[in-house]
Amino acid sequence: MLDWLILVPLAAIILLNLPWSDFIRRRAAVLAALLAAAQAAMVVAAPSEWVSRASILAQTLHLHLAMTGLSRVMLLCIGLAMMAAACVTQVMFSDDFRRRANFVSLLLVSLLGMNGAVLVTDLFSLYVFIEVTSISSFVLIAFTLEKKSLEGAIKYLILSAVATVLMLGSLALLLLMAGTMDFAGIKEALASSNGALVAKLAIGGFVCGLLIKGGLVPFHGWVLGAYSASPAPASVLLAGIVTKVCGIYAMIRLATSVFPPNAAVNQVLMLLGAVSIVVGAVLALRQTDMKRLLAYSSISQVGYIVLGLGCGTPLAWAGAIFHLFNHTVFKSLLFVNSAAVERRTGTTDMSRLGQLGSAMPLTNLTSVLAALSTAGIPPLAGFWSKLLIILALWQAGVKQGQAMYFVYAAVAVLFSVVTLGYLLSLQRKVFFGKTPENLELLGAAKPSGWISTPELILAAVTLAAGLLAPLLLLTGSFLVPTGSF
Amino acid sequence: MPKEAIELFSLFGVGALLVMLVGFYSLLTTRSLIRVMISVELLSKSVMLLLIAAGRAVNRTALAQAMAITLINIEVAVVVVAVGIILCIYRHHKTVDTAVVQEIKG
Amino acid sequence: MTENSINIVLVAALVLAALWTVMTARTLRSAIGLAITSAILAIIMFRLASPLAAVFELSVCAGLIPVIFISTIGLTARVEEESMAAKQREKLRKYAALLVLVLVVAGVLVTMHLPNDFAAPQGPVPTESPQVVMWDLRHVDLIGQIGVLAAGAFGVVILVKVSKRA
Repeated sequence: MLDWLILVPLAAIILLNLPWSDFIRRRAAVLAALLAAAQAAMVVAAPSEWVSRASILAQTLHLHLAMTGLSRVMLLCIGLAMMAAACVTQVMFSDDFRRRANFVSLLLVSLLGMNGAVLVTDLFSLYVFIEVTSISSFVLIAFTLEKKSLEGAIKYLILSAVATVLMLGSLALLLLMAGTMDFAGIKEALASSNGALVAKLAIGGFVCGLLIKGGLVPFHGWVLGAYSASPAPASVLLAGIVTKVCGIYAMIRLATSVFPPNAAVNQVLMLLGAVSIVVGAVLALRQTDMKRLLAYSSISQVGYIVLGLGCGTPLAWAGAIFHLFNHTVFKSLLFVNSAAVERRTGTTDMSRLGQLGSAMPLTNLTSVLAALSTAGIPPLAGFWSKLLIILALWQAGVKQGQAMYFVYAAVAVLFSVVTLGYLLSLQRKVFFGKTPENLELLGAAKPSGWISTPELILAAVTLAAGLLAPLLLLTGSFLVPTGSF
Repeated sequence: MPKEAIELFSLFGVGALLVMLVGFYSLLTTRSLIRVMISVELLSKSVMLLLIAAGRAVNRTALAQAMAITLINIEVAVVVVAVGIILCIYRHHKTVDTAVVQEIKG
Repeated sequence: MTENSINIVLVAALVLAALWTVMTARTLRSAIGLAITSAILAIIMFRLASPLAAVFELSVCAGLIPVIFISTIGLTARVEEESMAAKQREKLRKYAALLVLVLVVAGVLVTMHLPNDFAAPQGPVPTESPQVVMWDLRHVDLIGQIGVLAAGAFGVVILVKVSKRA
């Protein structure tokens, strides 16, 4: 049923834009949320034979798709983040349901792109679907046509175009070596001419492009504008999943099924990961706006994922992929919380907020949970993934006798504390503390089920993942394909 | 790799790299958003050349052409969205100077 | 003229057109320069046994995209254009540096040889026509293209329509 994952969003986009479907357009966000929830439920509950069996449609269309353990985790993440974004959309743009339907259509294009990207078995198709996701993101960011969102969108667009050029250049070189674009063919060709200059250029170019799309330091210039200036549901989607699919997932997939192991790339990834952790956290400390703080925090958390990937041992990879899942859950949750705050008070400026805890008890509670999980406090999910990454770094350091591994491990531990620091300061400024004089609660905006439902679901997932993590790790059922650059 | 093939690819590869250099230089120095997009277009010209030359060198022109046509479609979508955003920025600021974009500080 | 020297001339023309595109002071000329670059690229594609891609390059990249840019330049005011041109002229010295850079890099690249240390693709050369590859073998990409076009269309609906109304 893999083809459904890209054909159903496509059908939904068409359905939403038929001239006579005003009835559905009014309920567009509900439709998208249900689709996304169904996707998440399917990958968790359905047996894998059923999921990966090709339908009659796929056979007649010759759709070459494949699902690995990693795609399954990613599909779950995409479903969760999309569900949250669609729910938040339902309470936005309430004056114009057609405008909202346009927004939801774009969300669905993004869903189509991301699902395609995690299922394809061909490098060029991977590029095409990454581009589908990116283009819909540009429009989603710019959607409100406010100054800042337009600027964030054009910045993202330009940097993304640069990443595209790097990736396409390396695709051309790979075509020269392999004569084909599917993963297996390229892997064979790279194995037979390992160490050639062309191969090095191709791998380096592609990884660089993906690092830009993933928003790592020093390519993080676009992240702030894209995450903090975009409308709330777009921030949930972008920070939660889009950059992870476009950057990190593609990198993992290439390392497992295309590129040969390469120690130099590993070293670079670890360095960039560690630098991202530090820079993101330090910049987050200085922010006074909730969304900007969360944007920088994202850079820092993606740094952890890349640090784990660069370490390269199976344990580190398990940690990195688990952290990717966790990051999707708690970052989406934090952005949903910021959307709730923004809806209630009309601002995300932390110096103007305070003592919202009593007015918004559920948001307060889920925000604490997400913050603790991000900072890696046991027994929440973030603790286990960070623990795995740090343990793996330590092990690799002992084994290879390189001091750098211990430095990276120390950075990872130390900046968990910094993470806790800035997130608790956010918590204190927004939910505790004194009510500033000029803060008015918008009485009209009563707490809405469309915001509390995703909050509850995401908080439950992060709790459950934390409590079940030891079990999953012991039984090995979270094991995903491992490998190294 | 046959000698003629690699010589053919090298010639166009050099051309593509030079166009890429020109595009990146302009991207970094220009102050008009429209010119930024034109530079981006030049960059995509260069990779298109690289792709077609690679396809020719290894006799996979069919695949290379299919990829190139897909890329051209994507290019059009990106340009249209970019131009739309630039027009909206112009409406706010009455300028297409890149300085307005750099105002959002890091 | 031999095949190879025609190719060299075309590549040189391509680089020169690209240089003119970025160095010319007026944005309008720059857009025309882009069209010329595209047209030269289309000729090169044609000579590289890729006629279908060449046709697309000529009609879309040399035709449609410059028109989009030119109408954008028309919509952003004339005054703007003048001041930008003045700024651009001031920067001409900077672009002189680019000329030197291009010449140096070209010299280095020509004397350098791409190391021939990798194997050519294995297996038989596929004989399908590009149409078959595009329409019958790469359906996944086609769905992706539909997605791209949808995103572009919504982009137009949301960005361009509203900017006209206001």
